[in-house]
Amino acid sequence: MNTVSPSDSPPLAAGGAVVGQPAVGQPWPHESATLHVTGRAHYVDDLPELAGTLHAALGLSPVAHGRLLGVDVHALRREPGVVAVLTAADIPGRNDCGPIVHDDPILATDELRYLGQPVFAVIATTREAARRAAAQARRVLQFEPWPAVLSVRQAHAAGDHVVPPMHLVRSQSADAAGAPDTAAASVRRAIDQAPHRLAGSFSLGGQEQLYLEGQISYALPQDDGGLKVHCSTQHPSEMQTVVAHALAIAAHQVQVECRRMGGGFGGKESQSALFACVAALAAKALNRPVKLRLDRDDDFLITGRRHGFEFDWEAGFDDEGHLLGYEVTLLGQAGHSADLSPPVMTRALCHVDNAYWLPEVAMHGYLPRTHTQSNTAFRGFGGPQGALVTEVVLDTIARHLGRDPLAVRRANWYGRSERHTTPYRQTVTDNIIEPLTDELARSARYAERRDAVQVFNASSPILKKGLALTPVKFGISFNVNHFNQAGALVHVYVDGSVLVNHGGTEMGQGLNTKVAQVVAHELGLPLSRVRCTAADTSKVANTSATAASTGSDLNGKAAQHAARQIRDRLATLAAAAWECAPEQVAFAGGQARTPDGRHIAFDALVQQAYQARVQLWSDGFYATPGLHWDRQTLTGRPFFYFAYGAAVSEVLLDTLTGEWKLLQADLLHDVGSSLNPALDIGQIEGAFVQGMGWLTTEELVWHPESGALLTHAPSTYKIPTANDVPLAFTTRLYGGENTEDTIHRSKAVGEPPLLLAFSVFLALRDAVAACGAPGCQPPLSAPATPEALLRAIRAVQPGAATPTGA
Amino acid sequence: MSESPATIRFAFRGEVVAVPVPDPTRSVLQWLREDARACGSKEGCAEGDCGACTVIVAELDDDVPHPSQAVRSAGLALRPVNACIRFLPTLHGKALLTVEDLASTGSLHPAQQALVDHHGSQCGFCTPGFAMSMAACHEHHAQAGTRPNRQELADTLSGNLCRCTGYRPILEAGLAMLDQPGPRLPLHGLAEQLQALRQQARPAWPAFTAPGDLPSLAAAVQHDPEATLLAGATDIGLWVNKQFRPLPRLIHLGDVTELRTISDEGGWLRIGAAVPLEDAWAALVSHWPALAEMHRRFAGPPVRHAGTLVGNLANGSPIGDAAPVLMALGAVLRLRHGDQTRDLPLDEFYVDYMKNRLQRGEFIEAVRVPEGPPGWQVQAYKISKRFDCDISAVSAGLALRLDGERIAEARLAFGGMAATVKRAAGAEAALVGQPWTEATLRAAQHALASDFSPLTDLRASADYRRQAAAGLLERWWWATRPHQAMPATMLRVWA
Repeated sequence: MNTVSPSDSPPLAAGGAVVGQPAVGQPWPHESATLHVTGRAHYVDDLPELAGTLHAALGLSPVAHGRLLGVDVHALRREPGVVAVLTAADIPGRNDCGPIVHDDPILATDELRYLGQPVFAVIATTREAARRAAAQARRVLQFEPWPAVLSVRQAHAAGDHVVPPMHLVRSQSADAAGAPDTAAASVRRAIDQAPHRLAGSFSLGGQEQLYLEGQISYALPQDDGGLKVHCSTQHPSEMQTVVAHALAIAAHQVQVECRRMGGGFGGKESQSALFACVAALAAKALNRPVKLRLDRDDDFLITGRRHGFEFDWEAGFDDEGHLLGYEVTLLGQAGHSADLSPPVMTRALCHVDNAYWLPEVAMHGYLPRTHTQSNTAFRGFGGPQGALVTEVVLDTIARHLGRDPLAVRRANWYGRSERHTTPYRQTVTDNIIEPLTDELARSARYAERRDAVQVFNASSPILKKGLALTPVKFGISFNVNHFNQAGALVHVYVDGSVLVNHGGTEMGQGLNTKVAQVVAHELGLPLSRVRCTAADTSKVANTSATAASTGSDLNGKAAQHAARQIRDRLATLAAAAWECAPEQVAFAGGQARTPDGRHIAFDALVQQAYQARVQLWSDGFYATPGLHWDRQTLTGRPFFYFAYGAAVSEVLLDTLTGEWKLLQADLLHDVGSSLNPALDIGQIEGAFVQGMGWLTTEELVWHPESGALLTHAPSTYKIPTANDVPLAFTTRLYGGENTEDTIHRSKAVGEPPLLLAFSVFLALRDAVAACGAPGCQPPLSAPATPEALLRAIRAVQPGAATPTGA
Repeated sequence: MSESPATIRFAFRGEVVAVPVPDPTRSVLQWLREDARACGSKEGCAEGDCGACTVIVAELDDDVPHPSQAVRSAGLALRPVNACIRFLPTLHGKALLTVEDLASTGSLHPAQQALVDHHGSQCGFCTPGFAMSMAACHEHHAQAGTRPNRQELADTLSGNLCRCTGYRPILEAGLAMLDQPGPRLPLHGLAEQLQALRQQARPAWPAFTAPGDLPSLAAAVQHDPEATLLAGATDIGLWVNKQFRPLPRLIHLGDVTELRTISDEGGWLRIGAAVPLEDAWAALVSHWPALAEMHRRFAGPPVRHAGTLVGNLANGSPIGDAAPVLMALGAVLRLRHGDQTRDLPLDEFYVDYMKNRLQRGEFIEAVRVPEGPPGWQVQAYKISKRFDCDISAVSAGLALRLDGERIAEARLAFGGMAATVKRAAGAEAALVGQPWTEATLRAAQHALASDFSPLTDLRASADYRRQAAAGLLERWWWATRPHQAMPATMLRVWA
């Protein structure tokens, strides 16, 4: 029988030694797997409600742009069940939840900036009563509509940007001549003098996170004017800060806790703040527990998502496709405020190179302001957008030259000892892109399948196949230096069980499992003896967001540091008894032991340590070494190391309708020395499918006049289902250790594999190209919906004028 | 203690519970999470699109006519449904099983254990819903001694969204679960409880009536023609959850015995108004195998087990996928008013956007579909951004009868192309009497462009709709032309 208990306890042999598997490097199940499948895992809405709990709902702006004249609060108060109505005027502190630029009101004041912007909060005895009253927004708001700017190109033309533009220009020839000030001219010259030149535009849509658990906060008044906030957030410390600022109280009066999220994907990094603030504001004002759980439609209407981008590019190249000169303008749709758009653009600029050496490159990043939701973090954080435009450019160059796109990619790989400086001046020292892609091309039989696709297409008038292999190189670390730190607390209790708390949050990625593995390894314990608890600002202070893929890199190291201190104290105690050096005491198999066979059970040693008044808990801290970044020049070493990967995708396309299907996908991804192969493969596959959704089925549509988001729920916004995953789907980990001293030489895995989905998009472009004459350039935008595909097919079919570029 | 009439009884956690229902539009999920504090079932979307709230509703096997796609076990018929859009009073006399029931013996259900073993959960929020869909599937196969293949599993799980895993480990768990030991669903004793419940009066209060037979229903509708007729609530649930539309009085069709059956009536397949989509499509596919893809793509299992085919027709959305197919098949609606009935061809039913020819006090009793005189070729196509559970940009029901190389008769109906689903009169005229050649195809495509003036909306532009509809006509020509008809594998990416 399968018993309901954590299934991560390997059988114990006599003496407590673990039979079989070490804690690190093994495919342990997610620490909450049993809780997940039984429905016993608590998310914020599942916590038992305190007596007297009230519920909040938000009244939203019905227009994309306008002047707010007033709110008929009295009418709302008369609605059934309503206890209070709060507006911006009720906020005692700062009415702002912007993470960087403080331009993000919690509740609107004078200007209505997008359709869906929260203007007031209704607090009622039930959630339904609150929602029904809040839905009266159009009736109770007085406003004067203003013209709205909804298009990113229109906003750019009008010169309205949320922050000043960023320019990253790098010219090897200008550097060599010692004249970096002429870099822009050198890049221009490189393009102009290249044997071939192409220019084009590329349009790339945004993406909704669609975490299955929507945004939620539950605020509980504490004594002395304090608050405890249960919040589904990737960034508890920032929630603590913004709540404290909004309520004009000290940070030490606010405790934010998050046991787990039902998905985050970046959407709960900064944008959980508004809901934490409103719940806290209401709880404080009414001295009652207040919960704010968004309906899915409101979640879509209020919160931002992955930035859609518009690109204009120009490239000069030679007969082999070497990219000799490259200029690209990136317009990232910021929405109504800055939010995290500036670092998103920085990361986009730092990933335009992807896996390629760009000797002469000029990049111009703009963040136009539109009257739409404020776009924010989403897995990859601009990196995927920056890298994709270059993949499209290389694909375009290959078609122009009549060469296989993979050959053109190979011609441009970063070198290992030369051709290895990035545009932002970091040297790539750990490059494995060539052997990795070669191995994948071999194992996935790229060359044979390329031929087979051609044969198929020659004999298939309606359906066409396409194939593509695309690489990933992704920089790991926050571009902002000071975020690259973490803390942890490890408690060893007198029974020998271990409790770990760290600065990271669990959103499904398995961070708590990995950190527990690290601690179990340090103390030589079976994994079942180590438990991670909820992220809690009262335990570890000043934490960074669990973001930028850095969760286990940072928190694993911090927890290791804490565990090592305890282990060292225990070793000292045992060594004193055994009259040996502490370094000779090893911890494994639930024991402390010496090479000559003396041993003691961990639990017994802990008992002795307690009685000897040895501190059995410790904090730990980690700061990623060697990073520096100059925000003005956009140069430095922003990344500790790079993660690599590649994917081959093969698609089948219906040229009559634009319908398509992914036939096969083969992924090969680098996670260094894996802490947990099962969790890592889960991240890789999940990211690939999520990336595929972004580039194909997931289309965001705003009404062109009203600015209403028309794709506002899973009924209208379509993420992949089980049927979108191909029957032939292989994922392998690329062997090898991280060359940097990361936690057990592993590599971060959250974001990089999202870029593997480029292969699906470029396989579709390949299939569309098969509908036209050799050398045709399908004008395929993303997402590649059937409509976008049919439009591209029609553009390249014989008789149609072939536009230049993508 | 006197009991309010607004009290229902159903089996829950192994016993019959009496639950007061102050508001008949309260959802099963609200009751579970807010009243019963059974928080295993999650709300992801509150519109039946994510499946995080999937539960199993069981009825007495005897109450569910054959044929049916319900899972039959232990004297019960089980269906996975979305709790978020299921109105609580419709549970009366039934049994409700949730994720908490799966491991009620203290051991994980095989579906749960397989999910753990295959790393099928990451954030875990969708997992209870997957576990329930998988448990229903497990019960079916354990009962039948069969096992699902990967494709069947993907179809079974198409109503459950996961944003984390990429599905591969979930599908592998589904393939492995039948090899897992472990408890089956805790169904023991439920049938007896439901038998006992059957003896009790069905709930009826002004806000909610659930007639048990056709005359009572007809009388109720005649008596209160303004009341809302409720079948599966897969659309009406959204009126409540998303639009806060007041529904002061509901008449529920789900328990009307005569409306729950599928029968052969002299060359006609009669599908009653309370027959779930899943059963109706299975019956249609058994007569017209070419409709199998439309069946797979018409919503996901939890919606197909709740919603009804007639409900889809009565709703009359211009993007409903059933109407084009049934118009092409020549379906006829049987309408009832009191004890009077009349038949109306489906292609005459719709008048304008969401307007139809139903008279006050009249309702659709059944849809009748001719069982296909020989010689007809029927096809259904659907185009949407996603294969599964997506509202069509364009859908088509296409039927023709060839006489030699000439087209003797043709019925082409399209959804998504106008304010109602309707037949393409011009294109049909261009086909009939002509040889089924490329020239005829082009003429029909040309005529099709004048048959419809589609809209641009979030699903597609008007241009795309026109082009795709013409493309579907062309695909159909390749598939059915008298010479060198092309096999489906060369025409359809999903074949």
